[in-house]
Formats: sequence, C-alpha cells, structure tokens
Amino acid sequence: MTEPVVTVQHGVVAYDDRPVLRGVSLRVDPGEVVAVLGANGSGKSTLIRSILGLVPLAAGAVTLFDTPQRRFRQWHRIGYVPQRIGAGSGVPATVAEVVASGRLARRGVFRPPGRADRAAVAEALRSVGLAERAGDPVATLSGGQQQRTLIARALAGRPDLLVLDEPTAGVDSASQDAFAEALRGFVADGGTVLLVAHELGPLAGVITRAVVVHEGKIAHDGAVPEPVGHHAAPGHDHVHPHAPEESTGMWGGRA
Amino acid sequence: MSIFQYDFMIRALVGALVIGLTAPALGIYLVQRRMSLIGDGVGHVALTGVGVGLLLDQSPVLTAVVVAAVAAVAIELIRERGRTSGDVALAMLFYGGIAGGVMLVGLSGSRSNANLMAYLFGSLTTTSPQDLVVIVVLAVVVLMTMVALRPALFAICHDEEYARVSGLPVRALNLLLAVTTAVTVTIAMRAVGLLLISALMVVPVATAQLFTRGFLGTMLAAMGLGLLASGSGVWVAGTANTALGATIVILAIGLFLLVSVAVAVRRALARRRAVPGPEPHVEPCDVVLDPARRTAPYVGPDTASDTAPPVSPAPVDLGSPHRTAVRR
Repeated sequence: MTEPVVTVQHGVVAYDDRPVLRGVSLRVDPGEVVAVLGANGSGKSTLIRSILGLVPLAAGAVTLFDTPQRRFRQWHRIGYVPQRIGAGSGVPATVAEVVASGRLARRGVFRPPGRADRAAVAEALRSVGLAERAGDPVATLSGGQQQRTLIARALAGRPDLLVLDEPTAGVDSASQDAFAEALRGFVADGGTVLLVAHELGPLAGVITRAVVVHEGKIAHDGAVPEPVGHHAAPGHDHVHPHAPEESTGMWGGRA
Repeated sequence: MSIFQYDFMIRALVGALVIGLTAPALGIYLVQRRMSLIGDGVGHVALTGVGVGLLLDQSPVLTAVVVAAVAAVAIELIRERGRTSGDVALAMLFYGGIAGGVMLVGLSGSRSNANLMAYLFGSLTTTSPQDLVVIVVLAVVVLMTMVALRPALFAICHDEEYARVSGLPVRALNLLLAVTTAVTVTIAMRAVGLLLISALMVVPVATAQLFTRGFLGTMLAAMGLGLLASGSGVWVAGTANTALGATIVILAIGLFLLVSVAVAVRRALARRRAVPGPEPHVEPCDVVLDPARRTAPYVGPDTASDTAPPVSPAPVDLGSPHRTAVRR
C-alpha cells in the first residue's frame, strides 16, 4: 500500500468547549479526489482547517504525507485554496502578484523570485484561463475570477495535494467550468485533491469519493451519495442562482 | 535656496527625506492589514521611552526605540490572539504610554514644554549630527528589509492563513513588522514628531492607491509621494517658520486631495469620451424558451456531454408554452 497523503485519527475540535468535530477519522490516498460534503455548520470546513493546522486539535492526530502534522515542514507539497480572497484592504494587488505568493512555500522567505517562479505563475494563470488578466487589480475581477486566482495561486507552487474550501460557492458557471477543467488537469498529472463542497455541480465527474460530515461525525464515506428526498424526485429542478443549467439534481445528475 | 545655508536645515532635510522614503515603504503593509493606526499607538508609547531617557540622562532616541519595540511586540501578541478585549488592551497601552511620557518628561525637569512639543510634533532644529547618523542607518535597515522581504510580507498581510499553510514563519514576520514599526516611529520623532509620523506611513499609501493597479506600483508611488511631501515640507517649514511635522503632514494630505480630484476628473473625461465597446459577455440563457429551437447548438461547457442529463421534451407544463424561468 502506498503512503497516505492525509490521515486523521479520532480528530476532536472544540471552539470554546462547543464540540465541532467529535472523533473523526479519515484517510486520503494518492490520486484520490475526495469531496467532504455536509450541511452548513456540520464541521466540514473545520475538518480541513484542522488537517492544515489552522485549527488546533483537542484530541487525535493528523498526518500529512506520512509525517505527523507538528513535524511536517514540506508545505510546498500542499496547495491551499481558501473560501474567499483575503479581505481587500484597499491596497491594490495585481492578479499576478497574488498568484506569485503561491511560490513562497517553495522558494522561502529570503530568495528573490527568479525565472522559474515567473514561469510557474504564468502557467498557473493559463491553466485557470486568466492569463490575459495578469496585470489587472484583483478587486476588478468577478467573484468567480477571484476564486480562480486563488486556485492559480495554489497551483503555482506545483503541489502534490490541493485542499480547497468551498471552491465553487457563489461562482458563476463559466468559472465553475474553468475550475473543473483546471482540477481535471491537476488530477491527470497525478495530484491528490481534498475539497469541501456544499454542492458538486460540474465537479461531480471528477470526484472519486465522498465523505459526508454530519454533526461533527463522518456519516458516510464512499461513493458520491445519490440525491434523496425531494432532491431525487422526478422533474425536480434544483434551481440555484449559480447552478449550471445542466444539473437537475444536487450532485449534478449522475453520481 | 537661502534657507539651506544652515547646517541644521541640511540635517533636517536629509532626515526628513530619509523618513519620507522609509515610512510609506513600511506603512503599506500596515495599511494592507488594516492597522493604519498602529504607528500612532506605538508613537504614544514611545513618549514614555523619551521620558525614561530624559530622566536617566540617556539618549532619548535609544530608550524610545527600546520602549516602543517592547510595546509593538506586546500589541502584536494581543492582535494575534484576536480577542475583543484586545481593543481595550490597546487603548490602555496608548493612553498609559502618553500619560507616562508626559509625567516622566515633567519629572526630568529638563527644559520644559518646548522639549515635549518638539518630540510630539517635530522640529527643524532638534536633529543633531549624531541623531542624523542614527536616523539614516536605521532607516536604511528598515527600508532594505521592507523591499527585500516584500513577497513574504505581502503574503502575510494579504492572507495570513494562506501564508501559514505555505509554511512561512508568520509569527516571526509579524514581530519583525512590529519592531520595524517601532524603529521607524522613533527615528522619525525628531523630524516629524511622535503624533504625526503615523500620517507619513499612511497618507502617501492612500494617495498612491488612488491611481495604481498593483502592490509594487503602490509601494514605489507611495515612496515617491512621501519623498515629495517631506522634501517640500522642510522647505515650507523653513521659509514660513512652521512646525516641520505638521507642515509635512498638511502637504501630504494636500497631495491626496489633489490626486483625488485629478483622478475624478480623468475618470469623468474618460467616461464622456468612451465609445460603446463590444457587448459585454452574456452567459447563454439556461432555459429553452422554444422547444423548436432546441436543435440549435448548445453554447456551453464541453463537459456537458458527460454530466448533462437528458432533457425531457416537455418537463413540466406550467400552462404556458413559453416557460420563462430565467436565471438571475
């Protein structure tokens, strides 16, 4: 068996004594594309934030690439895509400048950017379809394009594992498709993906496994679940303002 | 220019130019993380350091650097914990700092109010040759740090969580920023004054971002504007015999207003001249309005073939042949 990319053993997280994760175990192997699903407040974002060390575990253990998280130093192997771009402060930043931050994990703090860095940034921008917006201020982009900027930032570091927190929430369908395309390319090159999603939309075809978090516990781990209840009713048109038109069910039709 | 025949004017000019260049280079990071007023807070506390120096008969600049650096680190540690009580803790630090400073300066009994005013609002005549050396050396160190570490500092100020997942030494960089803020405030106090230095960190950045597109561009433009404001400030203060710090800040704010108006005028002109461009990209309508037209090629993602379910010919009869449920 190959070494797992991520493992969580009996992870417990509590905010001010309010338990959010109650003993969660998870394993992600190389090449997998795992979607963490769940309702708002189920703890799905907390799960991946605890994997990345952004939220401390009250109990349990996390390993990244077979190394205990506390001793993990190869952060360049992980590309993180947060839910939203860092709160715009008014100081403008170009798309290329934001994406260039993705090279720091590989380059370190003290080395100035070189030719390889610039090439990686340009390639990452191409892969999300934003090459011609490189010099534009991020603030002038649409929400979906900003999300693609964050994905390009993560890809620029050439990671082995992409961790995405609700990458398609509130994103227009053109950006969702560009995003699915970029993800497909990343997986084809041997990458592993762990993503949190509220709904899958055009990503459904890329996901290899789904983990459903419910009230701080894993309620399902396996195939992408079929829509149930009124979501599965014939003729049910699950209309979201941002849903692509080809999806008639929550999980984009077929599972 | 006649006013520059005096050595102290030359010293004031060099000091002001160096600070005018350095303060915005640091200030841009503070503005980016919405901590524009931190320099002001550190300035308050630095006054206690000045008081300590006068009382102990040490160099006030040196004691002020130490006290301000300790305070800046404390503020950063409070910020890092991100509790609401941090706000109150900061207030305590600020007012405790200035009150302690005023008391200690009073206790030292040295040369009264004029001295205090010079530290608070800057003065043309207080920069000694030794001071100037300290100012230039420390400013060069701060400036080089801010320029050399720009990618990393940009990353932690833009998105701290991402920087943490990138494995950057976030806490060390934050403390570095805190300490360099303290150093900049204290070296600037002779020329610009403790209560006004924060303006020189923030106002040129605010002016620059009115017309720039990127971070590097904003940084360079802000440094240029800081240089312009401080250079012309020394000349005006020397000619009109006004307080140097106040003059520099007024000029910097004047530049901000001037640029605001210029940008607004340029935008208005551009709008008037604008010819209607190509139609903005409109996403294809998602709902088939007329079944007969369904044979038209579907303009959409190429993934449609493997994810799109077969569309039933007449999904739901809503009593109208033209179902007009259009997105958005």
